[in-house]
Amino acid sequence: MKDYSDIPGTYVFDGEHSRKGYRLNMFCMSLNEEANRELFIQDESAYLDGRGLTPAQKRAVLDRDYLELLKLGGNIYYTFKIAMLDRKSMQYVGGQMSGMTEEAFKEMMANGGRAIEGNRRVGES
Amino acid sequence: MARIVAGIGTSHVPAIGAAMDNGLTDSDYWAPLFKGYGPAREWMRKTQPDVAIIIYNDHASAFSLEFIPTFAIGVADTFQPADEGYGPRDVPVVVGHPALAWHLAENLILNEFDMTIVNNLAVDHGLTVPLSIMFDQPDVWPCRVIPVCVNVIQYPPPTGKRCYDLGRAIARIVASFDEDLTVVVFGTGGMSHQLQGERAGVINQPFDIDFLDRLVSDPIGLTERPHVDYIREAGSEGIELVMWLAMRGALGESVRQVYRHYHVPASNTAAGLTVLEPV
Repeated sequence: MKDYSDIPGTYVFDGEHSRKGYRLNMFCMSLNEEANRELFIQDESAYLDGRGLTPAQKRAVLDRDYLELLKLGGNIYYTFKIAMLDRKSMQYVGGQMSGMTEEAFKEMMANGGRAIEGNRRVGES
Repeated sequence: MARIVAGIGTSHVPAIGAAMDNGLTDSDYWAPLFKGYGPAREWMRKTQPDVAIIIYNDHASAFSLEFIPTFAIGVADTFQPADEGYGPRDVPVVVGHPALAWHLAENLILNEFDMTIVNNLAVDHGLTVPLSIMFDQPDVWPCRVIPVCVNVIQYPPPTGKRCYDLGRAIARIVASFDEDLTVVVFGTGGMSHQLQGERAGVINQPFDIDFLDRLVSDPIGLTERPHVDYIREAGSEGIELVMWLAMRGALGESVRQVYRHYHVPASNTAAGLTVLEPV
């Protein structure tokens, strides 16, 4: 039990998480290079093969399942590079991870963001 | 003798830079944020520092998971804007101050801050957005820059107290540099925000306001805050605020707040700006 384990909906990128996601995150890192972005777009599946991702991680990349990517060790600054390629916003990704449309997420932010009340601890209401 | 004349705390949200790069600062969404930057930019025009020491974090741009320095200092002549996944920002090349940077690197290490020394460092939005916020869109940045990069991506970042102490050491070492320079120190990142998970979008305005207040009046108290409190109260990415404590540590015991601006939202973030002068 870590002191942050009871924070809901939050995947702290600690050592355990980082070990799990190393290959996945380093694939994302490769997208910092234009040439690699082009190769990835040409054939996503082939680009991912041989990079050491687990089948589940590969599936989540292809599906653009950002919450699943977090659960499989992804770090948001790394996985967001995939969203950048798709020209998706952080509001789109934030909405997808929290089960909201991009528009609803934007509206929530415009109204002051997600309330901290009720979101500090699991089971809190 | 070099001297620190001010500290600036500011968010470094990439969307703020993108709004400027794409000419959107007068839009309904962005105008309130940028209007609040006006007085800080005016203050900066009058202050005209020779050097800015910018305490920031890299976001999977220059550093990846291959190696993760807790504290790094850029000693190069120049620093190129990084390609973060959508091409580099079209902003001026950042010009360093290698003599002062090496003076800092050597003396920080001798004062038991074991810096990683970086000669080749592309700088991402964490560093260039604060420059844009304070200097707008010049053809060349009007001062030299020393990047001090702090790991806040891989948990755990250095503690708030360690950052504050780093700032104190920076101040002593700047004061021992034998050239007449004025220096401002930036602490960047924050304020409350969480980009990831089902709790994405969390904002805590009372936390942020309290942080801005105590940055002036009770920085030592703030250094006692454990990481879990930042994550719980200010969101997983709100922990970037430890970098503001490094800035505060560089200003000495007492400061006066020259200016403050706070606005929600900038993208998924609460944007804060504070300008502090040592007294």
